[in-house]
Amino acid sequence: MNARVNDTDMTVDETLRQLIGEMESSAVSAPFRAVKLDRRSFLKLTGLAGGGLVLGFAMGSDAVAAAGGDGAFAPNAFLRIARDGSILIYSKGPEIGQGIKTAFPLIIAEELDAKWSDVKVEQAPVNPAVFGRQSAGGSRSIPDSWDQLRRAGAVARQMLIAAAAAQWKVPAGECSASDSMVTHGKRKAAYGALASKAAALPVPDAATVKLKDRKEYRLLGKWYTGVDNRAVVTGKPLFGIDQTLPGMKIAVYQRCPATGGKVRSANLDEIRQLPGVRDAFVIEGNGKTTEIMPGVAIVADTTWAAFEARKKLRVDWDESAASKDSWKDLSKRAAELAKLPTGTTTLANIGNVDEALKGAAKTVSALYTYPFVSHAPLEPQNCTAWSHDGIVEFWSPTQTADRAIETAAGALGITPDKVKIHQTRVGGGFGRRLMNDYMCEAGAIAQKVAHPVKLVWTREQDLAHDFFRAGGFHSLTGSVDAAGKLTGWRNHFITFTHDGKAPSSGADWPANQFPGLSLPNYQLSHTLLPIRTPTGPWRAPRSCSVAWVIQSFLHELAVAAGRDHRDFLLEVMGEPRILDGGLNTGRAADVIKLACEKAGWGKTLPKGHGMGLAFHFSHAGHIAEVAEVSVDENKRIRLHRVVVAGDIGPIVNMSGANNQCEGAVVDGFSTMMGLEITMENGLIEQTNFHQYPLLRIGSHPKVEVHFIQSDNPPTGVGEPALPPVAPAIANAIFAACGHRVRTLPLTKEGFTV
Amino acid sequence: MASIQLRVNGKSVTADVDPATPLLWVLRDSLGLVGTKFGCGMALCGACTVLVDGKPIRACTTPVSGVTGQAITTIEGLAPSTEKLHPLQQAWIDHDVPQCGYCQAGQLMSASALLASNPKPTDADIDAAMAGNICRCGTYQRVRAAIHSAADTLARRKA
Repeated sequence: MNARVNDTDMTVDETLRQLIGEMESSAVSAPFRAVKLDRRSFLKLTGLAGGGLVLGFAMGSDAVAAAGGDGAFAPNAFLRIARDGSILIYSKGPEIGQGIKTAFPLIIAEELDAKWSDVKVEQAPVNPAVFGRQSAGGSRSIPDSWDQLRRAGAVARQMLIAAAAAQWKVPAGECSASDSMVTHGKRKAAYGALASKAAALPVPDAATVKLKDRKEYRLLGKWYTGVDNRAVVTGKPLFGIDQTLPGMKIAVYQRCPATGGKVRSANLDEIRQLPGVRDAFVIEGNGKTTEIMPGVAIVADTTWAAFEARKKLRVDWDESAASKDSWKDLSKRAAELAKLPTGTTTLANIGNVDEALKGAAKTVSALYTYPFVSHAPLEPQNCTAWSHDGIVEFWSPTQTADRAIETAAGALGITPDKVKIHQTRVGGGFGRRLMNDYMCEAGAIAQKVAHPVKLVWTREQDLAHDFFRAGGFHSLTGSVDAAGKLTGWRNHFITFTHDGKAPSSGADWPANQFPGLSLPNYQLSHTLLPIRTPTGPWRAPRSCSVAWVIQSFLHELAVAAGRDHRDFLLEVMGEPRILDGGLNTGRAADVIKLACEKAGWGKTLPKGHGMGLAFHFSHAGHIAEVAEVSVDENKRIRLHRVVVAGDIGPIVNMSGANNQCEGAVVDGFSTMMGLEITMENGLIEQTNFHQYPLLRIGSHPKVEVHFIQSDNPPTGVGEPALPPVAPAIANAIFAACGHRVRTLPLTKEGFTV
Repeated sequence: MASIQLRVNGKSVTADVDPATPLLWVLRDSLGLVGTKFGCGMALCGACTVLVDGKPIRACTTPVSGVTGQAITTIEGLAPSTEKLHPLQQAWIDHDVPQCGYCQAGQLMSASALLASNPKPTDADIDAAMAGNICRCGTYQRVRAAIHSAADTLARRKA
């Protein structure tokens, strides 16, 4: 074990912890930035070709139209209505598969009262000074942008109504809008026909503009296909890896397989002689895993030439300061520590757990273990970069284009105004591309050559150099009284640290998490084991692993008490109230009841079948799930059906929301079933999908999704549907065959699909 | 390096490449057909699936020298024309199948080979034919539904 603490690790981990905090914070919606743009700046910003009557940016009440040519109306940076009635809406955030490029414009179009078929969508330029947050993480895209985007649409609608009212010489209050049209009695005027008149009007104050009630929605909550689907199914160059530029070469970058190793020397001369190779050089890097680790770059004419050259690359690594992490050793050490009832740091101590356990009718003790896992997005890390004319320009499949400006500038030793980022579609995020290491690498390589380069990682590199979802160990004891009521809960959490002080990124479990605030006696403590292997946010950070522990153990206690799991869970939720951290126990109870009702909880099942229930609150989403599985005598699992019941506030795109839940079920099952990252002597042992077997089509269950739509603020659903999946399935396995799953992946306990 | 003659999406093309180069990189780097995707490089994920004489193959492990003279179809050549989509592509849009979309070209090519040989596949047929294509986002339920729906469209056209 390498217990040494590395200074750079400390800074990086602090950054990553802040990142999770930022992604998950329930900060108020991004306000409109009162940035005034003249027409030239707007055109420059949006890259619009040709003239157009464009308002100065928009949210100040005194902003008025700037001069333009073709009578278009663009009251803010988010939308532009041309005289022919076509409506262009800019989607400001990264599309990572969560459907935001469809959802954002729908929100604007709703308040604009646009006809959806009139709307064309383009990716907004990366410019956080104008657009606010331009990241995809923490399921925060919808909640953070909801108000901003609604107001962007409502401002335009109000101006179009005002233009029509002026034309007809009637009060604006007597006019209404729908389907890209303003109506007064029998008179109608299309938005396109009103565009130039609207553009000449003062822009109302966005803060006071009238927004619709949910019952007035015409667009939101229905089924929409993704705006880029036609381009996806016809193979258009949407993704980072698809980018090409004149004169572009391909780069590969070899880091030390063990995190923290440095280049002593490499056979660069030999590599430079290989066919198709243009250059090979060492990059010292800054030692930050989130930016540039030391390594060797190879620049070649084609991807294949670069990949082949990398196979012949021989690097003498200085591994004196590199990771020596061993999952075997860490597991052994954790198993020893798990025998202790409490860890080195107590995080919560409510009531008196020792007394509760002593006085209990029944107690249950268990050790739950889950492994490290990788994000494994199907598009390997890649980025195109071009250093020219004093700037570095990127075409990047990043999840955090806004933050990447500062990160890249810092790593490359330039000022942020010299960084220009083009957001590409992202072939899967899952949290991996919140970090922009591959982007910094591409920039550093680009700075050394006179042409654009596209850096492409292999699958093997992608698995070797991730910011993994941390594994963990929970030593639990719980108690129930004679009435079958849950009375006490003690959790000694054995987790990891990079800085020797705080848990590693994504490896913490806060005291306010369920059931911490719902029990009379609750104790949570942790012990930290030092590691060097990078960890980071993975779809629903910490909830993605710990929800399985909590919701499984809760079921164990329900079984010990001889209680129905649903009733037991509802009893722990208690009276409707909002707990610190945002869990609304009333909304929780409602989705638990709905999931059970839709699944037919309590009905007689075929022999060998079982049903399992779980609930988890994360990312402002309340989600309950019921899984039905069967297990045969060879421990082969068949997941038949998963019912998802969620309350995430109003739904923007019903198809998108369903798709996220369907995908979360597959991801949750896939991960619990057979995925595990292990490391020995600092090296990640899994190299490609044969050793990291993502679930295939034959194993997928029927997924049914039900939403309770409420007037609560909306949240995203990329993450919150994931955490309940594993415990619902594990509890169903217990119901089916009596085997309590306490170690993941399931293959460790002899199960197969 | 050698001058390799290929037939891609009905057109004859030439690529000056090492004959050992996998078809994937000839398509993407030499011919600019980037719809075919790189996922694993070991024929494990199916993102690079293309048709060779109508059969699905993994372009990432197929040397280009092995497919000269054969009819290669990529996602760019799946639609009968620029205006008209293949029924599978339309079904993919109607069912809003894609999430990130990265695997979908490979999924569609595998599905097109399935429907060409089995116009009315069962769920089990679909699972067998699509077993080589990983979707990391987990869109399998919609992939299956869209294949059934495209099969129905094709059947209606023939009726």
